[in-house]
Amino acid sequence: MPASSLNPAVPIPQAAAAERPSIPSILHEWVTTTDHKRLGLMYIMAGLLFFVISGCMAALIRVQLAFPNNDFLPPQMFNRMFTMHGTAMVFLVGMPIIAGLMNYLVPLMIGARDMAFPRLNAFGFWIFLFGGGLLYFSYLAAPGLSGAGSAPDVGWFAYSPLTGKAFSRGHSTDYWILSIMISGIGSIASAINVIVTVITMRCRGMTLMKMPMFVWIVLVVAYLIVIVLPPLTAAQIMLLLDRFLGAKFFDTQAGGSAVLWQHFFWIFGHPEVYVLILPGFAVATEIIPVFSRKPIFGYAVMVGASVMIGFISLGVWAHHMFTIGMSAMSNTFFATSTMLVGIPTGIKLFNWLGTMWGGKIRFKTPMLFCVAFLFQFLCAGLTGIMLAVAPFDWQLSDSYFVVAHFHYVLIGGLLFTIFGAIYYWFPKATGKLLSEKLGKWHFWVFLIGFNLTFGPLHIAGILGMPRRIYTYDVGRGWDVWNLLASIGVIFQAVGILFFVGNILWSLWKGKKAGDDPWDAWTLEWSTTSPPPPYNFEVLPEVRSRRPLWDLKHPTDPDWKYE
Amino acid sequence: MGAARRRKPKILRREGIRAARATFPLTQNHVNPARISKLKRLGLVVAGGTGSWAFGADSAQVHSIANIFKPLSAPAEAVYEISLLALLVCAGIFLVVGSLLAYAVVKFRSRPGDEGTEPPQIYGSNQLEMAWTAIPILIVFVLVLVTARTTADVQNHPLPEDSLKVRVVGHQWWWEIHYPDHGVITANELHIPVSSRDQRRPTALRLESADVIHSFWVPQLAGKTDLIPNRANDMWVEPYQTGTFLGNCAEYCGTQHAKMLLRVVVETPEEFARWIASQKAPVVQDSSAQAGRDLFFNTSCVNCHRISGTAAEGVFGPDLTRLMSRSTLAAGAASNTPENLRLWVQNPHTIKPGCLMPDMQLNPAEVEKIVAYLLTLK
Ligand code: HEC
Ligand SMILES: [Cu+2]
Repeated sequence: MPASSLNPAVPIPQAAAAERPSIPSILHEWVTTTDHKRLGLMYIMAGLLFFVISGCMAALIRVQLAFPNNDFLPPQMFNRMFTMHGTAMVFLVGMPIIAGLMNYLVPLMIGARDMAFPRLNAFGFWIFLFGGGLLYFSYLAAPGLSGAGSAPDVGWFAYSPLTGKAFSRGHSTDYWILSIMISGIGSIASAINVIVTVITMRCRGMTLMKMPMFVWIVLVVAYLIVIVLPPLTAAQIMLLLDRFLGAKFFDTQAGGSAVLWQHFFWIFGHPEVYVLILPGFAVATEIIPVFSRKPIFGYAVMVGASVMIGFISLGVWAHHMFTIGMSAMSNTFFATSTMLVGIPTGIKLFNWLGTMWGGKIRFKTPMLFCVAFLFQFLCAGLTGIMLAVAPFDWQLSDSYFVVAHFHYVLIGGLLFTIFGAIYYWFPKATGKLLSEKLGKWHFWVFLIGFNLTFGPLHIAGILGMPRRIYTYDVGRGWDVWNLLASIGVIFQAVGILFFVGNILWSLWKGKKAGDDPWDAWTLEWSTTSPPPPYNFEVLPEVRSRRPLWDLKHPTDPDWKYE
Repeated sequence: MGAARRRKPKILRREGIRAARATFPLTQNHVNPARISKLKRLGLVVAGGTGSWAFGADSAQVHSIANIFKPLSAPAEAVYEISLLALLVCAGIFLVVGSLLAYAVVKFRSRPGDEGTEPPQIYGSNQLEMAWTAIPILIVFVLVLVTARTTADVQNHPLPEDSLKVRVVGHQWWWEIHYPDHGVITANELHIPVSSRDQRRPTALRLESADVIHSFWVPQLAGKTDLIPNRANDMWVEPYQTGTFLGNCAEYCGTQHAKMLLRVVVETPEEFARWIASQKAPVVQDSSAQAGRDLFFNTSCVNCHRISGTAAEGVFGPDLTRLMSRSTLAAGAASNTPENLRLWVQNPHTIKPGCLMPDMQLNPAEVEKIVAYLLTLK
């Protein structure tokens, strides 16, 4: 079937290939595209760009904190930096990269030709990009046109009343609100798109229980996004009303409630953590089986555990608020629900272990990142259990221990799997393999750097170091740990250089990948690399969860056992 | 900025630390008064001496390493016990799962010659799934029970009627401290008595905020509790060792959140009584500083600062009645020496950039006079 009749917006490649396209025409193609693959790649590239920017901010933060009483950054600049770093890493790095992976992979994995709503998809990307630009634009324009600009400095969770007009003058907080609200529209759009695509566009034979695990997990993620972003948007609208029209929702000087904002924020904010980490699980659940050469262990249980995590995560938000003086009863309730999340999470870990057990594990770069993920996520999960013990949290909350914990989740968990995903699917998207040699350098240097930075920070927290301080005094026992953490950043930065270098070098001179370089089993590997705009010449039909296994082993297909 | 940096004051506590290292006493009997009273309630006889718990009874000693695993107060001790349990459970899980993972990685790696062959394809095992669902459920069950118990123990802990009551009000970026039963107001340095084995002397803290959210955290005394505007919170501490304990504001509260430090001076009951009495004593006018006094009352200092028994009744800044009885300035931003005081009055932003006391634009002679007056506020 010709592609043009399915989706007239997609240019037919043969026609374009006839002569070398000019740069404006290439740009025009990318800007006007509604192809899920191109949008996916643009999401990921935008996310990586913001990653580099806010990574540099993190490095500056670590320079300031490397020594006690350091003068490198003045207090306000420091406060802006950690606000921008946190906000950007969550909303402009984590979210778009996840959206990019979902966009790129879901149609390919379910044997569809595009997302259900291609133009909504394009809209989502561009509005996200606009929101992201707006956040950084605050550096130029936030206090209003007359004043010199500057970025928000209220922290990524922007607790009221610090965000009220009385304590946050100028417009930096307004930029924070608007940019997050706007990029949130993009997230909602792509979440709805994923849900509809997965529900309605699976190829023949692919029942829900025959979907790749990746698709299952991102379906849960998409539902979570649709459920939890609106409370944040609502709270942000209330805050705008407070700031512009004199409403008093969060205005404590006029009887408003500071705690109300925290409830709204964390009803969004906690599930958001799962929105960020579940795609990491999704990636690991694709990569680990392929490189262990075994099917995923306990597929049905893994599906159940993912759905359970989604559900339970909606009822744990107040564990971010153990110190606000809730009753012992409420504290115990939220401690309990939080620990319950540990059960499905533990099940997942064991099933990954079960997948590797008895396999023949090939330690290519994607797998290395996933193995490191398993260890680091184990640490993150266990420190999470400690934080769930409400009394323990009275000590640890808002200390550097928490900083270490969630960086183990978001870097050790999410970022490592994102790197794994890029090494795994880069050949599909570009037709070129990434260099294994540079990949291993990237992996080991980054692994050392990450653990050197965030391991010691646990101890700083245990020694009473609060987070978000721009400086600290000598003699509190924090110096060594902070210095180690800052040294770790150097390694992380070098690791990232290897990564960027690898991408550029491999695009230029990388080995040809072929359709299926990893001998994998899901549908995306059955089409060419890169896939044509219409993805599949003939829409596939599947009989099991591993259609390519069935093809490669006609005498011993999976569907006999499932 | 450049000049400000050069003149950056020597920051406090170097000396204190050395002293602390030298004399840090190991407390052999960490007894939790909360637990003792419970035992007493059960009618059990508590064996042990009657002496004070205040070892190395030197309230000048600074406990500068605020290790949450070295609690020196009842609620912190209760938290410590459950923390240790949680830590051990997690360490156990880490060892088991971590070793399994490491074993799998080493044992099941593909070896040369494996190419082209696939391992046995195994799809799952119901027994295993049951096992690794049941074990986490059991662990969670145990942790939930101990959490419920400690949470209730600490939060609903009954305090004796006559325990000391203190009201702490958070400000951007300092602490206002009231002793309502004694009519004493001070700032940034909280004085409380030490508990002894035969006499509990817990302190009940009522936490409020005048502006944004702050959090009261002195790790060796108790977990943190937030100070939230338009909402009063309660917490309590019951230290069983004297000395000065360090803490911080632990909720981001704006520009100078980092220099919103806390000092809690735990004293023997006699020392504490003496301290209260000295704070309550009528302010004596020192005529030698009359010029500075006049200047102080003629500039806007009085709009923001209070000096008991005078016309200075401002509440925007810390109470200065007994300024010189404090060992630090501006919530621990600098030690309280005449030089630092001079720097502060000249321009507080050299010590605490961005703080809410404005640069008063005084000339050096005026600064000299005002500082001379401030030095009399003992
Ligand atoms: C606009 C209100 C305001 C005015 C006017 C003002 N101060 Fe302050 N002052 C403050 C605030 C607020 C602080 C607390 C700063 C901090 O710790 O962040 C403070 C702190 C101080 C401190 C340190 C107190 C302590 O306990 O550590 C001293 C001393 C002081 N001021 C003296 C003065 C003198 C002398 C003047 C007049 C020349 C003056 N102030 C004028 C608001 C003011
Ligand atoms: Cu504070």
